[in-house]
Amino acid sequence: MRARITFTKQGALRYTGHLDLHRLWERAMRRADLPLSYSQGFHPQPKISLAAALPLGFSSLGEVLDVRFNEDLPTQEIANRLKDNLPKDVQITQVEIIDERAPALQTQVLSAVYEVKLTEPVEGSDLKRKVEETLQSATLPRERRGKFYDLRPLIEALNMETDAKGKHGLQMILSAREGATGRPEEVLTVLGIEPEYTRVERTKLIFQ
Amino acid sequence: MLTSEQIETKLDRILLKVQKPGRYVGGELNSTVKDWDNVETKVAFVFPDIYDIGVSNVGIKILYDQVNQREDALAERAYAPWLDMEALMREHGIPLYTLESKRPLACFDIIGFTLPYETLYTNTLNILDLAGIPLRSADRDESHPLIIAGGHSATNPEPMHAFIDAFVIGEGEEVIHDIVNTTQKFKSAPNFKREDLLIALTQIPGVYVPKFYDTTYLEDGTVAHTQPIIPEAPKVVNKRIVAKLLPPPVKFIVPNIEVVHNRVSVEIMRGCTRGCRFCQAGMITRPVRERSVQEVVDAADQAVRSTGFEELALMSLSSSDYTHINELVDAISKRFEGRKLSINLPSLRIESVSVDLMDKIKQRSSGGFTLAPEAASERMRRIINKFIPDEDIINTTRDIYARGWTTVKLYFMIGHPSETLDDVQAIVDLCRRVIDEGRKVAGWRIKLHAGVSTFVPKPQTPFQWVACDTRENILEKQAMLKRQLLKDKSIKLSWTNPEDSLLEAWLSRGDRRMSEVIYSAWKNGAKFDAWDEGKKHEAWLPAFEEHGLDPAFYTHRQRRTDEVFPWEHITAAVRKSFLFQDFRQSLEGQIRVDCRLNCFACGILPTFANLRRENPGEGWKCPDVKSPRTVDGGQLIVNSNQLSVVGGDD
Repeated sequence: MRARITFTKQGALRYTGHLDLHRLWERAMRRADLPLSYSQGFHPQPKISLAAALPLGFSSLGEVLDVRFNEDLPTQEIANRLKDNLPKDVQITQVEIIDERAPALQTQVLSAVYEVKLTEPVEGSDLKRKVEETLQSATLPRERRGKFYDLRPLIEALNMETDAKGKHGLQMILSAREGATGRPEEVLTVLGIEPEYTRVERTKLIFQ
Repeated sequence: MLTSEQIETKLDRILLKVQKPGRYVGGELNSTVKDWDNVETKVAFVFPDIYDIGVSNVGIKILYDQVNQREDALAERAYAPWLDMEALMREHGIPLYTLESKRPLACFDIIGFTLPYETLYTNTLNILDLAGIPLRSADRDESHPLIIAGGHSATNPEPMHAFIDAFVIGEGEEVIHDIVNTTQKFKSAPNFKREDLLIALTQIPGVYVPKFYDTTYLEDGTVAHTQPIIPEAPKVVNKRIVAKLLPPPVKFIVPNIEVVHNRVSVEIMRGCTRGCRFCQAGMITRPVRERSVQEVVDAADQAVRSTGFEELALMSLSSSDYTHINELVDAISKRFEGRKLSINLPSLRIESVSVDLMDKIKQRSSGGFTLAPEAASERMRRIINKFIPDEDIINTTRDIYARGWTTVKLYFMIGHPSETLDDVQAIVDLCRRVIDEGRKVAGWRIKLHAGVSTFVPKPQTPFQWVACDTRENILEKQAMLKRQLLKDKSIKLSWTNPEDSLLEAWLSRGDRRMSEVIYSAWKNGAKFDAWDEGKKHEAWLPAFEEHGLDPAFYTHRQRRTDEVFPWEHITAAVRKSFLFQDFRQSLEGQIRVDCRLNCFACGILPTFANLRRENPGEGWKCPDVKSPRTVDGGQLIVNSNQLSVVGGDD
């Protein structure tokens, strides 16, 4: 069977990278004694795939993975067995059964929603103006790892938010398609905010 | 002092700037986070190397579990930050903190360092400094944690005597409770005096409090004697052992990042009966105590289930000597059949039976097959008391290649006592013969990896009297190996840097005066001495000079037969007279058989007669003791001729 698990990644786990997260899930499934399917070949790999890599340092409320098991199990049982076998900073929020023939998870991701908290105070009117300027720009040429690209089409939405205490934050929806991934820290840089003085959380992945 | 919240806020600012930030955040499965305010005594255990190496240390894990099982105490962990993190911590004023609660080390009641090897000494100083704790024991007051240390290098604690308040000599699993109890009792007293606590610690068997001893020296710089300066302190501190191995830890910490060893380790046996003369572990971890097959298999199963690790290591100093090794391997293979688990059975004897064992656990062709002849000439193997005929090595390696392994790893040492260039040439010749014979059965694809390290004579071994080989000799011997072995594409050669071996020798053989050298070397920038990144001689040689000490005095001097060693007042219960007799036999090329076959009265039984008497039969591999029980239940010395020794074999 193929199951889709939605989970959080918080606290210390923010500093666990994509490959290590993959291994963490493999071990969790082994601890939970779930009947993981493995690939054939000399170095069999468990059939676990993570939807989209989360940059190191970001927390998440909605990471998603697909896993294949050798046996059919009720979703509730999968969730229950895993519950006590995960580090405290990973919590399962949903388990669904997915059609075996559905396309690969990674190809289905369209965009990602991020919430940014600013840990240093900023002038609200200043930030508002920068957000508007950014949204009005036709192009935002950026360079990353020696490659030039346009950030603007990757920004699907960008909003300034102000909480009850008057603290400002940002919400952004960025493209997360293969080969067209917008990075929150790039947007922050465009806005003149040092990523160092922010806490970024991915709240949701949006699928096709 | 910073609160854990303040530390976490500061960490958030810097962690993305370091390599592998996951080293510094904790949150691992099976780590224990207790309610700080509800326990009386807080202990921080420190492995003074990076997380990647330290997190899988079994010694720390045992102690961590022991303390966390108590309701009145908690244990947390800390490791040495790597250079990038250290620089940022200093820049941002972050003190070294524990991974569990992110509290500064200075908040703890006890800080326990494990010192399994000597090249961790400068890191230990660096960690105290990063924690904002005075480095020297003499500079600490009632507000500071008690700093304790243990591990194999505590067999000669003197080089670190100025920095550690109390050393644990021997095994820690029981003594840690005595130390926690004593600390708790004294710290809760209304008029707590650090001095009173330290005096009380001298009363715990196996605990050495260096400040209550004084060393005087002879004119030639050797030790005249080291004596207690308060009546309470014992003249000689005897190591502590457990009579029966406690149940092994099963809830190993599961790191959230890649580390060196992602595996479950189950200790199947402690101690070794082989008596290899170079081997400090074999001398200081006696007596041999075995776990039952059932206990090992059940623990391995539980541990694999609680961690999800893909690898299981069955640990001991000599797996082949475990009495029920065949039964164990059968039971392990059966229990884990069909589960994706690789099983590691290190330290096998050089014999075909070992190949059968590895075959059974299906470890074929995954990596190499490792054997440790340690010396390549039969003459030398007699001297070091690891006697194996050449033919056994050839037959075993041929068998390994024939059964499908493509790589054999052979471990050797150079710099053994009385070694000549012929003995080194023998390494080359043996490697070539192994390859030639292997090719006959397995063709040209086979490989040989020769790991050639440099022997360092260690305290509390039969070779404690001998000098280290000189740097020039070592370089010549290494050049000889490189010249001949490196051109063969099938042979891989690795060796140790002679400077690293010298440093290890200074630190393991030094006296109390080495404390100042260590301090100065640390001031000069020495840390991570076990790493290539560490600063070596440019930090150490000026430190010796600064204190008017000659490094060669510690390393390149044959010690007089009547020399009083710096570690004379510390004993692993193997007598000096036994070690000396064994040393003499070595000079005559005489071998001593496995002491399961014949007890050589090393001193373990008279020292631990009562423990043995209470635990007769299979568990220990020493003979049973039948003499009447002595009055004192603790550790005591009885005259060995009062003991009637029965049986020698099990």
